[in-house]
Amino acid sequence: MSIIVYIEHLEGKLKKQSRELVSYASQLAEKTSQKVTAVGVGDISREELESLSRFGASKIIHCSNPEAATLENQVYTQLLAEIFEKESGEILILANSFTGKAIAPRLSVRLKAGLVAGVVDLPESLDPFVVKKKIFNGKAFAHSQILTKSKILSLNSNACEVKEKPVESEWEEFSSQVSAPKAEIVDVSKMDADNLLTESSIVVSGGRGMKGADKWKPIEELASLLKGATACSKPVSDEGWRPHEEHVGQTGKTIAPDLYIAVGISGAVQHLAGVSSSKTIVAINSDKDAPIFEIADYGIVGDAHEVLPAFIQSVSKLD
Amino acid sequence: MHIVVCISHVPDTTTKIRFNKELTQLDSQGVKWVINPWDDLTLTRAIDMKEASGGKITKISVIHVGDATTEPTLRKALAMGADEAIRVDAVSSDSYSTASHLAAALKELEYDLVLCGIESSDYNSSAVGGMLAEILDLYSVSSVSAIELKDEGFVVKREQETGKETLRISTPFVAIGQKGIAIDPRIPSMRGVMSARTKPLKVVQGESGESYIHTMVYEYPEPKGSCRFFQPDETDQLADALRREAKVI
Ligand SMILES: Cc1cc2nc3c(=O)[nH]c(=O)nc-3n(C[C@H](O)[C@H](O)[C@H](O)COP(=O)(O)OP(=O)(O)OC[C@H]3O[C@@H](n4cnc5c(N)ncnc54)[C@H](O)[C@@H]3O)c2cc1C
Repeated sequence: MSIIVYIEHLEGKLKKQSRELVSYASQLAEKTSQKVTAVGVGDISREELESLSRFGASKIIHCSNPEAATLENQVYTQLLAEIFEKESGEILILANSFTGKAIAPRLSVRLKAGLVAGVVDLPESLDPFVVKKKIFNGKAFAHSQILTKSKILSLNSNACEVKEKPVESEWEEFSSQVSAPKAEIVDVSKMDADNLLTESSIVVSGGRGMKGADKWKPIEELASLLKGATACSKPVSDEGWRPHEEHVGQTGKTIAPDLYIAVGISGAVQHLAGVSSSKTIVAINSDKDAPIFEIADYGIVGDAHEVLPAFIQSVSKLD
Repeated sequence: MHIVVCISHVPDTTTKIRFNKELTQLDSQGVKWVINPWDDLTLTRAIDMKEASGGKITKISVIHVGDATTEPTLRKALAMGADEAIRVDAVSSDSYSTASHLAAALKELEYDLVLCGIESSDYNSSAVGGMLAEILDLYSVSSVSAIELKDEGFVVKREQETGKETLRISTPFVAIGQKGIAIDPRIPSMRGVMSARTKPLKVVQGESGESYIHTMVYEYPEPKGSCRFFQPDETDQLADALRREAKVI
């Protein structure tokens, strides 16, 4: 019996959440005495994948099917279902990311495995199998019981603490016969995988309170000083002040950095839905009653255009 | 061509979420129900495509699983511009049962494209579209940020954190829409509201389906610890707290 963990990578580098996924599986496996098998697909080195044995993956499967170069939902479903069955999988763990959202539901039907998406903690009981998930965009949680024998959990960021648990790992190359996808790929454009918003530990974000596209210099400066990424609220990307890839919130990206700095952002529920899992939140806003302060850990009530340059000075003075 | 748009009926995003005393059921008193924001956008896009298609797209149906109390939401979809609404009369208990009900109803229809939203803003499971496609053994394209009618099929943009792919897909298939598929949802016009009253709203019986997940109990999030404030001229102290206390920079 084993727990299968599907691992994502960006241009051959493990995604930040990968260690968390494997560590989650290992902590669960300690209670169920299962084996943890990590699966990577595509162009990623053996060394990079094998680093996951530090967190408890005792088997690593690399799948090199070229048909999986783009996110063909059915191709991924077939490959992962075959691996799951071949490894006598009982639980499949993956990230609640674009990829996870694309393939977990198909796998749930294919494997007759109940899916809980957006898991925020280790299971609270194994029999019955109950896990906690986020619902209503973070306004509540549900304790969900999985009724099927096989199970799929898609994890939100920070669902567990990452614990080292070095083990020996076995390596396997896997490929399978898949039929050609029905869609024809006309064009592929890749974004720079460095400084990716969803992968950054620090995010500096600006809202309508920044007052215009030409006022973004201090946001960018602070982000680059902290080696972080920049983000924005929805109206900012709607106005075209910033590219829409930066939009975070319910209808934009969901992020969970260690530090989220919200500048001139009121903190509407839809905005908070995308950032509330951040470990530490700093808010700079001229309105002391702005709802962002209700979820912030640190705050300054003041004019962003005065506070931000001073804060940049303060940060650059740190050694 | 016939486009079917799957609609979820959810509390408005600004609604305060409350449960019964036992924390086993949503307390729907005072809840304002709306079309799921994502489905609002996919429906908007479907109507835009129909209007621009020169008669090639002949019909847009919306389909929903729920009891009779959800009908105002379906009327709103008709007022926006859908031609027909189908309500599968059942109360589903998880994503799988919803998808099974939808799949059973779709098997009775002829369609070219099924549109779903990437997430329903109640249970946030992002599952129905993919499950539906798998049950019907249809091709699915996820995180769609643009879709356009082209010749006998569609050209679709699939956008993820690291880039975009443009695909040409022949019908039938399931497209799961996200940000970008339409910018703002359509607001029904007065005429739309009037004509919605006479548009067909069909009710089909849902068979009691299997579910994979049972929600045992709900929980409210803990209130966050209070915010520690600094004066505007105390940015040094803030930087220091982030370094020493929070240990994040
Ligand atoms: C279905 C739906 C989905 C949505 N999805 C999202 C989403 O994904 N993400 C999102 O962000 N929003 C989303 N919204 C919009 C959301 O409701 C808010 O309108 C939006 O988040 C507000 O953005 P903001 O905080 O930048 O602007 P505002 O609400 O206008 O706030 C600006 C803030 O800046 C402050 N300010 C002004 N001047 C200064 C200054 N000089 N210095 C410092 N502070 C200043 C003000 O006090 C105010 O708090 C959604 C809305 C709906 C209905």
